[in-house]
Amino acid sequence: MDKAALATALGSPAPFGQSQFAFVRGNAFEAKVKADGGTELMRLLHERLGGGAEAPREVLVPDLTAAGPEGRAARTALALREATEAGGWALLDHPMLALEVAGSPTYLEPDAVAVHPDGTWTVVEIKSFPMIDGSADAAKVGAAARQSAVYVLALERIAELTEGVEVGHRVLLVCPKDFSNLPTASVVDVRKQRAVTRRQLARLTRIEDIAAALPEGTTFDPECSPQQLDAAVESVGATYAPECLAACELAFHCRAKARAAGAVEALGRSVRGELGGLTTVGAVLAAAAGKEGDPADPTVVALRRAAALRAEALEGSAACR
Amino acid sequence: MSLISTLARLEAVESGRAQPMTTVLHRHLTDRPLVLVPLTTAGEAGAPLGALVGTDRDSPRLLAVSQPRDRDLRFAFLAELAEAVLPHIEAYEDVVEPTERNETDPETGKKVKVEVELCADAPQLIVPSRAGIDFVRLLGRSMRFRRTAEDDPDTPYPAPARVPLLGRWLTHYGERARVPGSSLLLATTDLLNRHWATGQSSLEDQHLGALLAWIAAPAGESGARAALRAELERDGEGQLLCPPAGPATDPAFDNRLLAPAIEKYDRARTSLAAAEDGLAADARLAELTAAERDIRALLAGIMRPTWDAVWRGLDLLKELPEGSRAEDRWTRDRWSFTGHRDRVRSGEPPQPRRDDAVTAAQKLASRETAQAQLEAQEALDDPLVLAGRRLAGEAFVGDVTGVVMAYSESKRPSPRPLVTVRTDERPHLGERTKVYRSLDGRPQTAEFVEYAAEPEDGDAPLLVLRITDRMGRSKEPAPGSVPEPGDRIAWTLFEHDQRGGPKLPDPEETPWTHGGPPGATAGQAERPDPVTAEDLL
Repeated sequence: MDKAALATALGSPAPFGQSQFAFVRGNAFEAKVKADGGTELMRLLHERLGGGAEAPREVLVPDLTAAGPEGRAARTALALREATEAGGWALLDHPMLALEVAGSPTYLEPDAVAVHPDGTWTVVEIKSFPMIDGSADAAKVGAAARQSAVYVLALERIAELTEGVEVGHRVLLVCPKDFSNLPTASVVDVRKQRAVTRRQLARLTRIEDIAAALPEGTTFDPECSPQQLDAAVESVGATYAPECLAACELAFHCRAKARAAGAVEALGRSVRGELGGLTTVGAVLAAAAGKEGDPADPTVVALRRAAALRAEALEGSAACR
Repeated sequence: MSLISTLARLEAVESGRAQPMTTVLHRHLTDRPLVLVPLTTAGEAGAPLGALVGTDRDSPRLLAVSQPRDRDLRFAFLAELAEAVLPHIEAYEDVVEPTERNETDPETGKKVKVEVELCADAPQLIVPSRAGIDFVRLLGRSMRFRRTAEDDPDTPYPAPARVPLLGRWLTHYGERARVPGSSLLLATTDLLNRHWATGQSSLEDQHLGALLAWIAAPAGESGARAALRAELERDGEGQLLCPPAGPATDPAFDNRLLAPAIEKYDRARTSLAAAEDGLAADARLAELTAAERDIRALLAGIMRPTWDAVWRGLDLLKELPEGSRAEDRWTRDRWSFTGHRDRVRSGEPPQPRRDDAVTAAQKLASRETAQAQLEAQEALDDPLVLAGRRLAGEAFVGDVTGVVMAYSESKRPSPRPLVTVRTDERPHLGERTKVYRSLDGRPQTAEFVEYAAEPEDGDAPLLVLRITDRMGRSKEPAPGSVPEPGDRIAWTLFEHDQRGGPKLPDPEETPWTHGGPPGATAGQAERPDPVTAEDLL
């Protein structure tokens, strides 16, 4: 399903896009890192994660071309096993990994996976944001770590079927150094992200179950009228929070719905926690004004005190010394 | 977010207008701030694309880079930026007032008063958003280690003369911006968010256009609708009517307008280089100039709305009266400015890439002190901020109902009057908890003694406080220094003045846990970033 097309059809187009400058820069940097059969990349890998093993001289770079994502995924799995059995260094450029998400297979394409002589597989993530004086933007590193954790999980599926293999929980993040185009690398431990992702994947409702709960004849065809689509989207539950705006194409649609319903989460997840059982803007304000709400409820008591203090301060009646 | 600010946000949702979070202005705004609206190239660290800079809202200075990947053009941009910013900074350097400072005499170890200069005012730099502050830091980092031809005649690609100096100043401003309550470098979104609560989340509040739409919504339109227009509305060519406040640009702008314009510029440049005779060169130069003009016009077009928004935000803020203690924090900013001026003048090397352990610990400690001080000062300046602290039980307002004179049990009895206060608030008081009130701008301390006898039904509880200081040296308290029945007084449980923590060791005494004393490399100027053939900045 094309969520961006759906969002446009609903009248809240997604604001996402990628600048061609960033795209060109990202590709150019990745090409530079992987140039010469990955010499520079393997040097960085050995330096940061070598663990005393011999420096990579001969690096196997298997050909991974195959037809279709299934074919490429099968080819990747085969190449990984062969490289591990060969017992040397190997670099898989843009392998294809398969991971089951909510009951249906999803294909993932990491920038690279390296095979160590001892049978460790390491995910390599190449990003074009700079590492300045040894540190990079924390938000971007966090996003890269979450992304890599998914790759690690997908690799673990293949490793389960292979003898003597361990998937490294430490991934290699390669970034441009300072203001130059030279690559530098840092090791990121993704155990936490891996655990979070694993738990989330296990908890996801299976797509068949979601589909089964939908009314007969529900369609998300962008050709349909906005009213039909609106009803269709409505039939799938969604919990909007402001964080959605950064990730989901439908966020503006959900935000409009949440605001129309007066949901307090539209102001942030933490707000909901503060307000206890009061979930709508109207209910909170009515409770604060003393019109509604149970006076024994501590949230209501606190709200009324807050409202009284705020009103007093705004009126300037607090003639304090 | 505290409950009281959540309530303000909910009120904003209902009314469709941003609601006040403060009654006064909590940051000092100078009369002549230097506004800087920077733009950067997507995906390229520190490759600036353009900027609007200036102190006159009607005529910003436009700086533009026609091809951000060209080192010479970037250097020209930085040189021009230095030309726009440094004279403004330098204009403040020599307007000084004499003042005194306590210093420890290195020989005797005694505290002595030293006469020093303090700049009478400091240049203020305003950027649109928090990302703008980060970009100022980044520019500072990219420039301060550069070498000019004068520093080192052999350096490849020498930087224009004043660029490293600008880098040091921008680094100082970026570093100062991390001190809570400082006003040397401010982001407009931060300023507005401190003073108003909108009906959207704090994430959405980072969008300057949407934020202003809530605070100053057009008549007859709700803030939510106006904000949505600011976020999403595009013209016929698919361009945002309210471009992002930078330094990042909108991808649609990059792809549809900027990329073709840069391509045209590149073509014109190549053809100029290939021109064979003067006549052809003239025609091609005209083409190049036209291409350059187009890029400048494009960049000006997307920066101007942000530029105007920053000034509109400043107008809104200046309608608020300044809090009385904001001046005190500004004086610290002036000290910080003067201190850096002295370091530059005495020829100290640029700020290091990484602080040593002692400097880092000092910075952290001073920021913590500044944070506590900011919180206390804002609450004392502003009843609306105080309301939040009262709700949290960290302050209370009460009516004095009685005063009983009492004395301390020492050889020379001092006055320790017992004051009974009626309040319906619930401060977190324990035995001998200290509370403070402001007496002629200075804190007076009292301690909590007990709850007085159970009040009659429905009446607010009574508490007894013992005043312990600021009553003069004589046996009778100085006039006006003891509350009187009928007074309504705000007491706080937090201290009004923050003392810094214990002194940290000198760098030579750094303990081994923190890397030990700096080695032989310390104190030496850091090497500039190595220049590579493919350097992008």
